[in-house]
Amino acid sequence: MNIVVALKQIPSMADELPLNAQGSNLDFDEVDFVLNEFDEHALEQAVLVKEKSGGAVTALGVDLIEALDDVLYTALAKGADKAIKIVGDFEPGADSHTQAAWLAAVIRDLSPDLVLTGVQAANDLDGQIGPMLAAHLDLPYVGVVTGLEVAQGVAKVHKEFAGGVVADIEVDLPCVAGIQAAAKPPRYAPISKIRQIAKTAQIAEAEAAAAGPDAGVTLRRMAKPVATGRADMLAGDAKQVAAKIIDILTERGLL
Amino acid sequence: MSNDILVIAEHLDGRIADISFEMVGKARELAAALGGQVIVLALGSGLQAQAGGFASHTTLYLDDPLLAHYNPQAYQQVIAALAAAHSPRLIMLGYTSIGMDVAAWLSVKTGRPCIAYVNDIAVEQDAIVTRSQLYGGKMSAESATRADSLIVTLMAGAFAADAGRGATPIQPIAAPVPLAGLRTRFTGLLKPEAGDVDITTQEKLVAVGRGVGGEDGVALATELAEALGAVVAASRPVTDAGWLPKTRQVGKSGLTVRPKLYLMLGISGAPEHLEGMKDAELIIAINSDENAPIFNVAHYGATQDLFEVAEALLEAL
Ligand SMILES: Cc1cc2nc3c(=O)[nH]c(=O)nc-3n(C[C@H](O)[C@H](O)[C@H](O)COP(=O)(O)OP(=O)(O)OC[C@H]3O[C@@H](n4cnc5c(N)ncnc54)[C@H](O)[C@@H]3O)c2cc1C
Ligand SMILES: Nc1ncnc2c1ncn2[C@@H]1O[C@H](COP(=O)(O)O)[C@@H](O)[C@H]1O
Repeated sequence: MNIVVALKQIPSMADELPLNAQGSNLDFDEVDFVLNEFDEHALEQAVLVKEKSGGAVTALGVDLIEALDDVLYTALAKGADKAIKIVGDFEPGADSHTQAAWLAAVIRDLSPDLVLTGVQAANDLDGQIGPMLAAHLDLPYVGVVTGLEVAQGVAKVHKEFAGGVVADIEVDLPCVAGIQAAAKPPRYAPISKIRQIAKTAQIAEAEAAAAGPDAGVTLRRMAKPVATGRADMLAGDAKQVAAKIIDILTERGLL
Repeated sequence: MSNDILVIAEHLDGRIADISFEMVGKARELAAALGGQVIVLALGSGLQAQAGGFASHTTLYLDDPLLAHYNPQAYQQVIAALAAAHSPRLIMLGYTSIGMDVAAWLSVKTGRPCIAYVNDIAVEQDAIVTRSQLYGGKMSAESATRADSLIVTLMAGAFAADAGRGATPIQPIAAPVPLAGLRTRFTGLLKPEAGDVDITTQEKLVAVGRGVGGEDGVALATELAEALGAVVAASRPVTDAGWLPKTRQVGKSGLTVRPKLYLMLGISGAPEHLEGMKDAELIIAINSDENAPIFNVAHYGATQDLFEVAEALLEAL
């Protein structure tokens, strides 16, 4: 079982998100990048499949901000067998279509049985890369997957819908799946192990393929959403806030 | 290229989902501005009556036992074939478990640009202008497309469903591609087991998010919920981590709740969470990040440490 998992770093949403001077995108120099949380699950699911069905996991990403090494070392520490970064002269805001073409070119040469991506990353305008990879590679795609097992050339996946409804879907391998949550919470790798791996492991490099046509969409403006409403903010320390909450609940007959 | 709008209807467990009507309502408005027609495409089995309930100009209905449940490859290929046959100006899908599988695939396969996460869309002169939510609702992006045909995925709940309801008779169609031998196969539907408690019928919920940090935080919230006569609910990361069972999850892939009180501890207010609780009667959010999107939706908010507020509440109750 030859498994590829695509890993992407995105601006941390825990922080303030500063805009560039034109207000046309984020000021990427001023944000911290973290691994997309769904990719933690995609990696975990990849390693779970390997542990059960054998094979090898290749962790792959476009090194958009020249900081992918740590992500890849961590992936190796968690059970990936090989790491590849796609390098080139990038803009951190490159659109999904362009990145999908770069990734697809590298993945095609790996002839995988299974390609796992995160179900989505919260930072792009033009859709998710998983289905785009499937289109480029002519493979079936199923997204919003919360658990996947492989047997006899078929992936059996759980796919989530609204209201907690889940479908069981069989997909012929090779295929691409967009992982929402791994069958188990992602494992932890101790820093010492990651450091150790960083000393010895090799990260292979692949050049980004020539860019094809872009997504065809012009981002005019980015801004904090215009609030349709704004919460009445309760001032004071925790005690005062608690007292105010109790007043509100009492007033509404909720206590 | 026509000026028509192709809307992909969706259904789950035998029921056409509201997002389908929400899209049709908006499509009516856009079609009037573009001078085109609204064409609904529904793929199903035995859904004739429901599929006749759209305010579309045309409703194409493909009936096949294989389409009783969503099948990714069937949807992709049928929609691609119909997009080629009708050359619509705009293709609308839901930003749902179905639309997310199909839209970006279709974009690459048909060479049409795609915009995801759309919560507003309008015709401006001759351009289609969209507003979409990025970064978990912390940013809003306005974009315009240069292409003469576009694919969009719309957020559930962004538009009124009633505007899309009507009585256009269905026009049955034959499968434009063979449906046998697909590489994806539906094999079963699992519905959530009745949980320990049904959060959809509770009057008061204390909802915890990733901000509670772990099982200790959940225990504190549970204690607070008991003191308030409420039940604990959760955002997705909390159930994914196994801190609470899946039956407590509110949102896009969880349950929709409309309690009298929704007290939120450490939930940012991502669009997928809002989908499940924005109609609660009273929303109070405690979140230490003053920029958390939840403060645009909550009625009351406080930028305090949730543990301190929870403890202060417990003391005062
Ligand atoms: C297809 C799909 C379906 C999804 N379905 C759902 C769904 O059904 N339900 C759902 O909830 N999500 C769903 N999500 C996930 C969603 O996108 C968000 O990731 C999720 O809602 C975030 O949960 P959160 O607010 O708990 O965590 P975060 O976004 O990480 O927010 C944690 C918040 O806690 C605050 N905080 C941290 N520490 C403290 C403290 N000590 N005191 C006060 N505040 C603190 C932080 O400021 C932050 O705002 C779905 C995603 C996808 C792609
Ligand atoms: N630059 C990238 N490098 C590696 N993987 C990516 C990249 N962009 C997207 N992906 C993968 O595609 C998934 C969906 O991301 P997105 O298309 O950005 O919503 C991510 O969770 C990753 O698994």
